Amino acid sequence: MRDSVVPPGTLAPDFTLRREDGSEFKRADLEGRRTVLVFYPFAFSPVCTDQLNLYEEVREDIHKRGATIYGVSCDASYSQKAFRESLGIAIEQLSDFEPKGQACRAFGVYHPGGFPQRALVIVGPDGVVSWSYQAPSPGDLPGANLIFDGLAASAPA
Amino acid sequence: MSDLGSAPVPPVSDDDHVTGDAEDMLVIEYADFECPFCAVLSERLKSRRLRRVFRHFPIRSRHPRAWAAACAAEAAALQGRFWEMHDLLFADQARLDDPHLWARAQSLELDLDRFEADRRSEAVGARVRRDFESGVRAAVVTTPTLFAGGQRYCGQIREHALALLTQTAR
Repeated sequence: MRDSVVPPGTLAPDFTLRREDGSEFKRADLEGRRTVLVFYPFAFSPVCTDQLNLYEEVREDIHKRGATIYGVSCDASYSQKAFRESLGIAIEQLSDFEPKGQACRAFGVYHPGGFPQRALVIVGPDGVVSWSYQAPSPGDLPGANLIFDGLAASAPA
Repeated sequence: MSDLGSAPVPPVSDDDHVTGDAEDMLVIEYADFECPFCAVLSERLKSRRLRRVFRHFPIRSRHPRAWAAACAAEAAALQGRFWEMHDLLFADQARLDDPHLWARAQSLELDLDRFEADRRSEAVGARVRRDFESGVRAAVVTTPTLFAGGQRYCGQIREHALALLTQTAR
């Protein structure tokens, strides 16, 4: 198990997350496009609320750069869906509920407290991590500027 | 496509909304008109001698009326009444729907047809978005966020923090 966020240049690990409809979201789903994974600690918590609200405001800008943004937490899909709907956002949610935290562990972002670290991981269309960032603490909200720094740093030539 | 990567907070420009005297301490504020903490902060800032710069940072999923309110303020600005509209918007955040915006425009004796066209115009939307993007680039994550004296202050900025801020900025 990694003890820090997976670094750039590393092949994204094998993982299985669940979409809101219960279907699987796996490493193969990352291939062929750029993906921004936003690992956040808890649905409905204050900083996560601010974070997803802020990122929703730039979701189209991320999309224009050929990337899709997802929220990832250990909450159950029903909780994530309720969270997304309560915020009125369109950022798709991926659940790491069972086995709890397995995908977060694979990406090196599982907090000992039993929740994801607050981290951002950008995966390229080749399935390789092109950029990653872990907040100094789960209470720190990474600015959306960091996502665009990451996308620019890993932009296709 | 706008660059949204990291950049310092932009210095004051001619296009900014600025109030106060040039010799007063400069505070750049990123705020939204539906944010209650912004309204409280605005009152606290008003009671001090400051050179204030207001920039829009509306988060629509959090405050659904914030974008329209920002555009209304910009439309008022085109008739030279930005700060008056700013104060009226913050004064009653329970009433930020279209009829309430028209009522404010009327009370400021704005040209209502022009106000209505301007607040829905691409140019005004772009103006609001420009502020928002400059905030994103400067790592603004919530409202209100203040920049003063090379420091950033964000969230609920209480009186003692404000006192410290204004001391630092002097």
